[in-house]
Amino acid sequence: MADVSSDPGRWRDVDKLLARPGNIVGQDFEPSPTLREDIGEIARVLVVGAGGLGCELLKDLALSGFKNIDVIDMDTIEVSNLNRQFLFRLQDVGKSKAEVAAERVMKRISGVNITPHFCRIEDKDIDFYNDFNIIVLGLDSIDARSYINSVACGFLEYDTDDKPLPETIKPIVDGGTEGFKGHARVILPGRTPCFECNIWLFPPQVKFPLCTLAETPRTAAHCIEYAHLIKWGEVHHGKDFDADDPEHMQWVYSQALKRAELFGITGVTYSLTQGVVKNIIPAIASTNAIISAACALEALKIVSGCSKTLCNYFTYNGTEGTHIKVTDFVRDTDCLVCGPGTLVELDTSTTLLQFIILLGEHPNIHLSKASVTCRGKNLYMQSPPVLEEMTRSNLQLPLFDLMGKVAKDVIHASGTSEKNDKKTSCLRKLRVVFKGVADGITSMDTTDGS
Amino acid sequence: MATVAAEMKKTKYDRQLRIWGEQGQTALENANICLLNCGPTGSEALKNLVLGGIGSITVVDGSKVEIHDLGNNFLLDEDKLGQPKAKCVCSFLLELNDAVKAKFVEEAPEDLIENNPSFFAEFTLVIATQLMETSLIKLDKICREANIMLVIARSYGLTGMVRISMKEHTIIESKPDHFLDDLRLHNPWPELIEFSKTIDLSVTDPVIHKHTPYVVILINLAEKWAKEHDGCLPSTRQEKRDFKDFIKAHMLNMDEENYKEALEASFKVSISRGISSDLLQIVNDSATEVDSKSSDFWVLVAALKEFIENEGDGEPPLEGSIPDMTSSTECYVILQKIYQAKAESDCLAMEQRVKNILKRVGRDPDAISKAYVKNFCKNARKITICRYRHIEDEFTSPCLPELQKCLNDEDYSYAVGFYILLRAVDRFAANCNRLPGIFDSGLNEEISRLKLIAVGILSELGLNGPTLSEDLVTEMCRFGGAELHPVAAFIGGVASQEVIKLVTKQFVPLKGTFMFNGIDHKSQVLVL
Repeated sequence: MADVSSDPGRWRDVDKLLARPGNIVGQDFEPSPTLREDIGEIARVLVVGAGGLGCELLKDLALSGFKNIDVIDMDTIEVSNLNRQFLFRLQDVGKSKAEVAAERVMKRISGVNITPHFCRIEDKDIDFYNDFNIIVLGLDSIDARSYINSVACGFLEYDTDDKPLPETIKPIVDGGTEGFKGHARVILPGRTPCFECNIWLFPPQVKFPLCTLAETPRTAAHCIEYAHLIKWGEVHHGKDFDADDPEHMQWVYSQALKRAELFGITGVTYSLTQGVVKNIIPAIASTNAIISAACALEALKIVSGCSKTLCNYFTYNGTEGTHIKVTDFVRDTDCLVCGPGTLVELDTSTTLLQFIILLGEHPNIHLSKASVTCRGKNLYMQSPPVLEEMTRSNLQLPLFDLMGKVAKDVIHASGTSEKNDKKTSCLRKLRVVFKGVADGITSMDTTDGS
Repeated sequence: MATVAAEMKKTKYDRQLRIWGEQGQTALENANICLLNCGPTGSEALKNLVLGGIGSITVVDGSKVEIHDLGNNFLLDEDKLGQPKAKCVCSFLLELNDAVKAKFVEEAPEDLIENNPSFFAEFTLVIATQLMETSLIKLDKICREANIMLVIARSYGLTGMVRISMKEHTIIESKPDHFLDDLRLHNPWPELIEFSKTIDLSVTDPVIHKHTPYVVILINLAEKWAKEHDGCLPSTRQEKRDFKDFIKAHMLNMDEENYKEALEASFKVSISRGISSDLLQIVNDSATEVDSKSSDFWVLVAALKEFIENEGDGEPPLEGSIPDMTSSTECYVILQKIYQAKAESDCLAMEQRVKNILKRVGRDPDAISKAYVKNFCKNARKITICRYRHIEDEFTSPCLPELQKCLNDEDYSYAVGFYILLRAVDRFAANCNRLPGIFDSGLNEEISRLKLIAVGILSELGLNGPTLSEDLVTEMCRFGGAELHPVAAFIGGVASQEVIKLVTKQFVPLKGTFMFNGIDHKSQVLVL
C-alpha cells in the first residue's frame, strides 16, 4: 500500500478550504494546493497542557494539517481524567500525560510529529517558546496562563512609533471550560488584549474569612476548610497537608464531620471535602471538545489566513440553550505585560546587582529574585546552580557594559511577584535607558531629517 | 470486589457527577442511543457520550472506510481502509469505555428511514448526522410517532447546525445560572416572623449585633417600616432608598457585614407577590387539564396550580434552602430549620393534591413517588418546558417575522445566510445528485446556480426584499461539502451536550436551530 500520510486524497476536505480562494478570508491568505503541506512543514505549534483540552487540541490540530506539534504538561494521568481525556486508558494511570497523549495521536495519524515535554512550563528556557509560530493553551490555571502570556508578550518588539513589529508577534489561542461553559480567545500581543489586559475576566477565588471558620461555621464547606486550614496545622506540627494523599483527605473529612455534628450542620461528604479542598472544577468531554475545536480552528485560521479570525473573546454557555457570545475587548494601553515595556532610567554606573534590587523595589514592577536576560544572553540566572555560578561574576559589573554600551535596549527579567499575598512566576519586559548617553540613529527625542 | 469497582467508577466519573449527580448518571447509563452516519461529526458526538458512560449505542452507516476519512476522523486509522465504517467506529468507542454496549448496522440511514421505520422504536434518542432534508423530514415523523427524541447535527465547511426535534421536553431541574433565592422576605409566614421577633436589633453587644442574619434584620425592619407607613412596604424608588437609610441607621458601625448584606438584599422585601410570568404560562397551559394519560410532570403542574390558588396564597411551594449569610451558627441553623419545616409542609400539601388528582383521573394514588414530588417542589419556580415544531413545518412555514428580523440584523447575517444556504445545498443535491463545489472546475457556474436556488427559497417564503451575501454563496461553494475535523468536533460536541441535557432531564436544551458560524464565531440560535 502507498504511504497514506503523503496521499493527498487523505486531506481532501481540509484542502478545499486551503486551496481555494474566497472573499471572506484573512488579509494574507494565499490559497494553493500546497498550502497544507507548507503549513505542515513550516509551522510549529506548542500545546500547553495535555488534559481535557490538550487531548482534544492535539487531535484537532493534527487533523487540521499541522505536523510539527510540541506538548508540555507536568501532570500524570489520574482515574478521574478518564471521563473526558480520551487519549488515556486505565492502564496509563500514573504515566506522563504529555508522553502518552503524543504517542497515541502519532500512532493513529501517520506523518504527524508530536514532541512531549514532561515538565513544568517554568522549567523551559524562554527561548524554547520562541521557536513556535503559535501557542495554544489548554490550561485550568490562571497563573500558568499568565506565565505563558508574559513569555509570549516578552518576544514582542515595538518600533520607534510604539507600533508592534509584526514578525515579533507570537499568537496565543487560549481555551478554558467549567461544566457546560467555556471560553476561547485569540491573543495577538500588541494588537489585541493580552491575558493581563483583561485579567478582571478571571476574578480571584473567594476565600472564607478565618473568623467564620474558627467561630461561626454555617455550611459544610466552612467545616471542611476549618479542618483543612486550621485543625491540620494544630495537630500535625510541621507536616504539610497533601491533597493527593488519601489518608490526609480522609483525616480532613472525619474532622470536618465531627465539627459539623458539633454545630448541627449537615452536608459534609467525602466528595464535597475533596471538591472544597482541591477546588475541583467540574469538567465534561463535550464542553472540552467544543472549546478545543474552536481553538484549533482559530489556530489554523491564524496560520493559514483561510478565514477571518475570532475577534477576540468567545464564550459558550450550554446551561440554558446554546448561547454563544463574541466580545471584541480592547487593549489596556498601559499594560505592563504587552505594552512597549516599563521604562527604567539608569546611570551608566548601575551594577547588575543594584538593578536586580531595584526591580524588587520598583512600584510598578515588584519582581523579586529576578533572572535577567538581554537579547537572548543570560546576564544573571538564579537557577540552575551551574548557570548561577557562571553568571554570578556579572553581578558586580555595570549593566551598561553588560548590555554593550548602547543608550537603550530591552531587557527581560523573570522572577516572582507577589499579588494578594500569593507568589507567582512572571516575566517582565523593561526598556532600559541610560542617562546622559547620546543615542544614535534610533533616537525618539529628536525629529529625523531636518 | 463489587465495592472496589463501584469506587473506581465513582472516581472516574467524579468531575461529571458534580454536575448531574447519581440520578443524571443513571439516566445516561439507561439510555439507548442510535447514531446515523459515523463521519467525524457523528463519531465525535458519540465519543463524548461514550466517555461519559452512556448505556448503549447503535452506529448506522452504510459506507466503507476511504482514504479521505483518515484526514478528518480520529476514530478511524489506516489499518481500517476498506472496512465497514460503522464497525470500525464501534470498535474504537469500545476501547474508550468497555462499559458501553455497542452495536453497528452496515446500512445507509436513508434506506432504513425509507424501508424499516420500526428499526428506530427501541431507542431513547436518535442522533442524525449529515442527513439531507427529505430524509430528515421522514425521520422526524417516525421519531415523533414513536416518542423518540431526535437530535440533528450537520457540519458543512465552516458552518453547521444542531437542532432538537420532539413534541415536548419537560424539565424539573433546569438549574439556571442565576436565580433569585426563595427567602419570602416580601411575604414571610408566621413562624419566620415569630422567630425574627425573638431577636432584638437594638442589642448593644457588638458581637451579637454583627451576627444577626440579614434575613432577621430585614423582616424586623420591614415590619417596623410598614408600621410607620400605613402598613405598606417600600415600593417607589425613593421609598427603597429611604428604606436603605433606615437600615443604615440601625448599624453600630459601617463594618458590619450582616448589615451590608441586608442593604444589598433590601430589594427582596419589595418583590411583588405571586409567580413569574414564565411559571404563569406553564400553569395555564392546557396540558394541566390532566387525564389518565398525562405524564407525571403535568400531574404535578396541575397540583401546583391548585396549590398556588389555595394554601400557597398565590405563591408556589417554598424551596426550603437558604444561602450562606453572616450569622452566628446557632441563629443560622435555626433559620435553616424554619425554612425546611415550611418547605416540608408545603410539600405535604402538594403530595395530598397529587394523590387526589391521581385518584380523580383513575390512576393509583401512590403512582408518583414522594421523592419526585419533593424534587418538583424544590424546583417549582424553575420548571421549564420546551416544545419543538415539526421540521417540515419549519421548512415550509418558518416564523417569518423572526426570519425577517435575523436577515436584517448584522450580527445574524452569516448565521441566517448559512441557514438558507444549507437548505439550498440540499436542493442543489436533489437536483444534481451532488453537492455544489465538490470539483475544482466550474466553480463560478456552481456559485450562480446555488445562488439562484437560495433566492428561490427566500421568494417561496415570500421574502423578496432581502438578498443573500454573494460572498457567502461563494464560501458555500468553496466548502464543497467538506467536513472539516475541528468544525465536526465543535458540532459533535454541541450535539452531545444537548443529548446529555435531554437524557438527564437536567438543564435547558437548545430551543431553536443552532447555526454555527466558523468565520467569526458569531453563531446564533434561530427560533423559526
